[in-house]
Amino acid sequence: MAERLEAKHKGGTLAARKIEYAETEDPVELAYARGWTDGLPVTPPTDERVIAMLKGTTRRPGDIVGKIPPFLAECTIEKVAINAVMAGCKPEYMPVLLAAIEAALEPVFTLHGVLATTYFSSPIIVVNGPIAKKIGMNSGINVLGQGNRANSTIGRALNLIVLNVGGGRPGEADRSTLGAPSKYTLCFAEDESDPEWEPLSVARGLPRGASAVTLFQGHGPEAFVDQKSRTPEGLTRSFALSLVKMGHDRLTQSARALLVLSPEHYAIYKEGRWDRKRIERALYEATIRPGSELIAGKDGVGEGIPASRANEMVPKFHEDGLMVVRAGGPAGLFSAILPGWLAGRNRQELQLVTKEIKS
Amino acid sequence: MTTWMRDPTAETSPVKRARRAPPKSLEGLTIGLFDIGKTRTPEFLDRVEQRFNEKGLKTRRVGKPTNAKVATPENLQKISSEVDVVLIGLSD
Repeated sequence: MAERLEAKHKGGTLAARKIEYAETEDPVELAYARGWTDGLPVTPPTDERVIAMLKGTTRRPGDIVGKIPPFLAECTIEKVAINAVMAGCKPEYMPVLLAAIEAALEPVFTLHGVLATTYFSSPIIVVNGPIAKKIGMNSGINVLGQGNRANSTIGRALNLIVLNVGGGRPGEADRSTLGAPSKYTLCFAEDESDPEWEPLSVARGLPRGASAVTLFQGHGPEAFVDQKSRTPEGLTRSFALSLVKMGHDRLTQSARALLVLSPEHYAIYKEGRWDRKRIERALYEATIRPGSELIAGKDGVGEGIPASRANEMVPKFHEDGLMVVRAGGPAGLFSAILPGWLAGRNRQELQLVTKEIKS
Repeated sequence: MTTWMRDPTAETSPVKRARRAPPKSLEGLTIGLFDIGKTRTPEFLDRVEQRFNEKGLKTRRVGKPTNAKVATPENLQKISSEVDVVLIGLSD
């Protein structure tokens, strides 16, 4: 009732135009008919809900967050709130969503390209810091799957904003050949339960204790299974066997990757006193192979590197191309690879972006 | 009573959903002749179909079983997969 009264009085302060419908019409169906959804139902953005959502941020409804590709339409805080309502967010998710939008709009994130590519990629959001627990995000069992409201809806809201404000529609600006389920949403929190582990946001330059989002252009997950390796060295070589296959065995120095390291695999590294830097460096080195094995045309397979590189040792990744995130349930010697966008070959032009979450 | 929700888009399109533009020409398209289930509709559509066919246009008879009920989604999906445009009218 309080929300309804507030909407009655404050509704007039909202700037977005009203889309009227008769009492006999179903607003969920209306949203479908207007092309406002990702294919799943949306929560109708009524004045009550939008006003409640705006309480999740200290920023003013008319402030501009940025221009959303592909059509570079200005996006206000109010439009963010409307799409957040539709995605199913709670007001307290707003600071995370706003930081994610700002990260996605950094030129080095190349959001337009991520949308328009024929590849599988879309923004993947990793959340670090105290806000993850505060808003109830999942970093544990089924972390990359369904079921957690914050994980599910924050990522979805970002994609709905690209769809609705930016006008990025599949088959139009979105030219993905096959797409991926992760294009609906892929957002999760890192497991920071081990104080010895350096969180992703800290590795990317933020102080410990700061809340942050890191955006990565990727898709997934791809499964990694090793139930028998028991040493850090063996596990690293095992990871390398799968990592080099990402995209194609002979594709090199193109896509980055996020490796989602599960607790049971992490325990093997922890027992050997390996920290993030050592793991990432060892994985980079373990995925360097003789160029002669990767030559285009070898064994009748057209894909590969030029024959002129046959005598080089060729890395799968750029030196900064592989990052580890800790997440997952306590049981299961499985980890996950989140492959990055192939355009990662333009190493300087395309990067992960980390933003501190403010308000 | 009307109610409303707020527009989530950049508001570059009209408030009302735009109609699909009609095709510039019917040549090469399959025209669905929609039988809404009213009495003597077949006789009327026979004549319409004859006129279209005389012009060399392709037709296909589609429809719903009864005028008393709206077409079901399956019904509409089947029609949209079979024809390019639909000719439909009210009659009494």
